[in-house]
Amino acid sequence: MLLETNHTGRTSDAGILASGGLDTARYEVRGKIVTANEHTEAQWVAKMSAIAQNKDRSAFAEIFRHFAPRVKAFLIKSGADRSLAEDCMQDVMATLWHKAHLYDPSRASVATWIFTIARNRKIDLLRKYARPDPEHLPWGPEHEPNAADVIALQQDASRLAAALGKLPAKQRELIQHAYFGDLSHSEIADKTGLPLGTIKSRIRLALDRLRHSMG
Amino acid sequence: MCRTMRNEIRSYQKTRHMTHDVQHPVPDALLMGYATGALPQAFDLVLATHVSLCDDARARLETFEAIGGAVLEDMDVADIAEDSLDRTLALMDGMQPVAPPAPSSGTFPTPLQAIVGGDEDAVRWRSLGGGVKQSVLQSDKYGTARLLLIPAGRAMPPHSHRGTEMTLVLKGAFRDEDGVFARGDLEVADAAVNHQPIAEAGEDCICLVATDARLRFQSLLPRIAQPFLGI
Repeated sequence: MLLETNHTGRTSDAGILASGGLDTARYEVRGKIVTANEHTEAQWVAKMSAIAQNKDRSAFAEIFRHFAPRVKAFLIKSGADRSLAEDCMQDVMATLWHKAHLYDPSRASVATWIFTIARNRKIDLLRKYARPDPEHLPWGPEHEPNAADVIALQQDASRLAAALGKLPAKQRELIQHAYFGDLSHSEIADKTGLPLGTIKSRIRLALDRLRHSMG
Repeated sequence: MCRTMRNEIRSYQKTRHMTHDVQHPVPDALLMGYATGALPQAFDLVLATHVSLCDDARARLETFEAIGGAVLEDMDVADIAEDSLDRTLALMDGMQPVAPPAPSSGTFPTPLQAIVGGDEDAVRWRSLGGGVKQSVLQSDKYGTARLLLIPAGRAMPPHSHRGTEMTLVLKGAFRDEDGVFARGDLEVADAAVNHQPIAEAGEDCICLVATDARLRFQSLLPRIAQPFLGI
């Protein structure tokens, strides 16, 4: 096991992720060897941390190279023309830089967090209003996410992405269209088997810990 | 028992009261609609406010956002402009950091305060008679969001709506045939529901109400959420 789960939920060993020192030989959680894909999720988390803590532009460039073309594609699929999608994507990525310190890796993968920024910007531009966001729940100055929670959440996110990829094409398209905001595809399908229950419990746990640290 | 552990338990007991126990969970389809950005503006306000008060709804919302993350990761990549990164770096340097909506200590959660322009005392009420007051916060062709104040022990004025109506309690409580709704509770009623909520005795009841009177909301919902993404 890489990290002891501390009952207080107040470990500060998230630095292991932040340092990028993910030694694959030690990268084993609860008896399970983490796959290459899950390793990637953890690396994105480390890069976000480098941006938040050190204003690391090379970490930003790596995140940009991977996510910018996906964000642009997402915006085009959502109805933006290519030029608007390009401008909007740049805006999303620049926002990521300025909000990096707000990213909570025990509640969202980097892809999920970027999705929420892109969605809000898309509503701004295509629907012309500022979508109200829920209150932000910050970690207090003495607390930060539990490292074991971070790893587990990132693994869950990786599994969810893999499960989406394995869905029959039609079901996958239905879900994609819902997220692109194309609602003409509102047919009813069978159960997808996406692993949503575990990820929900994980987020709930992270929220409980966050509430403790705020209390 | 070590001190840390005792503090932990105390802190846990304390936090249990920070967000309410869920009596009436918000339907998945609404949370998914909020996650995808498909809801009328008036409903977005109610959900942003509800999620601020209810961690269970927040966990479910963030789960739907996780699907969005998986969809983004799964995208075929688009070509980006050659100078895209340079232009983004320049944009970054010219941008002012924006503070996120921090937790509010007042009656109204932060997203609602942003629309009202303050807390409870900043509301510009208009009388509807019988002590009942309202304040329309936002209205467009897709829906209307308003604050409603019902004096303790009084009934909400009879009203009808063609589409969906969402009522979020911010202060006091009301009772109808579905039970008691207190701070943080959200009631979602469709046109078929004929209800007349009555404010509980002791405290005036303030609710945030959104209706999609002019357009039937059901046609807007990503209905696929309901039967097969149940979380």
